[in-house]
Amino acid sequence: MEKWILLLKLFFSFIQVGLFSVGGGYAAIPLIQYQIVEVHGLLTMEEFSDLITIAEMTPGPISINSATFVGMRLAGIPGVLLCSIGCVIPAFIICLILARIYYKYRNVSGVQTVLAALRPAVVALIASAGMSILLLALFKAEKEDIVFADFRYIEAILFAGGLFLIRKYKVNAVIVIFGTGIVGTIFYLLLSI
Amino acid sequence: MENMKTEQKKSTILKQLFISNFLLSSCTFGGGFVIVSLMKKKFCEELQWISEDEMLDITAIAQSSPGPIPVNASVILGYRMAGVTGAFIAVLGTILPPMIIISIISYYYVYFKENRVIQIALQVMRAGVAAVILDVVINLAEKVWKTKRKLYLVMMITAFIAVWIFDISAMLVILVCLAIGVIDLLLDKKGRQEH
Repeated sequence: MEKWILLLKLFFSFIQVGLFSVGGGYAAIPLIQYQIVEVHGLLTMEEFSDLITIAEMTPGPISINSATFVGMRLAGIPGVLLCSIGCVIPAFIICLILARIYYKYRNVSGVQTVLAALRPAVVALIASAGMSILLLALFKAEKEDIVFADFRYIEAILFAGGLFLIRKYKVNAVIVIFGTGIVGTIFYLLLSI
Repeated sequence: MENMKTEQKKSTILKQLFISNFLLSSCTFGGGFVIVSLMKKKFCEELQWISEDEMLDITAIAQSSPGPIPVNASVILGYRMAGVTGAFIAVLGTILPPMIIISIISYYYVYFKENRVIQIALQVMRAGVAAVILDVVINLAEKVWKTKRKLYLVMMITAFIAVWIFDISAMLVILVCLAIGVIDLLLDKKGRQEH
């Protein structure tokens, strides 16, 4: 019985996380902290900060990572499933509705004019995310605390090489990402011997 | 016969949706816009399912609605390709990799956190991720350039400075551009009526 109550609690907590985290990624962190640490006391603050570290180190959205982590620690596989489903349900329903509206009206010429004005902004958003990751790669720091002496040559070469391979030979993106991971790691390990 | 063909086609699309999203989601280090870049490469360039403009629209909607951007984008893309079933399968592909990975490492996370090789790998992989995103950005910016509308160029550059240098929220930038789009539409209509 107690387990069921815990599972329900988790489920509804993550529905709220999913529902109120607009803008994705880091916007969700304070919400998760509020639901999991403060309201229900399911994790300590220390466990929570570990969770954020791991979420940043692993692929996937932070809220799904958190839902899985909290679910696993507190209620095993059923917990993982309930938390993740709860986290995704609001997005699923809302986006289905938005998708229906979009595909119904997108060919109306007025709608096209308005959407066309959004596209440059989206390109800028993607560019901004790309620049932040590039700086993290080249200096291992956010843009506010970059030290030029910390320039990382190996990452710079990997970046230039990766970009060259994609643009010139259309090498698959997944191969480039994991390729730089493997080549770079081997390089650093050899250097440290 | 015709029915069987479309059924078969649908199941191929569903399979492709699941596998693609599963693979892309497995290497999305660094937030929502990374997977959007990967999706653009996969679904616009490789499979040619949707146009680049459509992908940008999907990104704008995904960014503006609640929930993680990769999940939102998968729902819309899945719905576009194969209705509600498509949306469901696409989301499943997107959320399974992080669910599996975190479930496995949640017990060994202290080891994972402190392992030197993993830390190096994660750091150098960023160089590859940055290369992929930059490639996508170059292609998309070229397209904006080709519209030959100064307004769009100015909007793109201003939006970039606003978000990257001044940390203005993505949501606000989208809302402002939406407003500019509506004004543009109204002026356009007025201009046509006067002629």
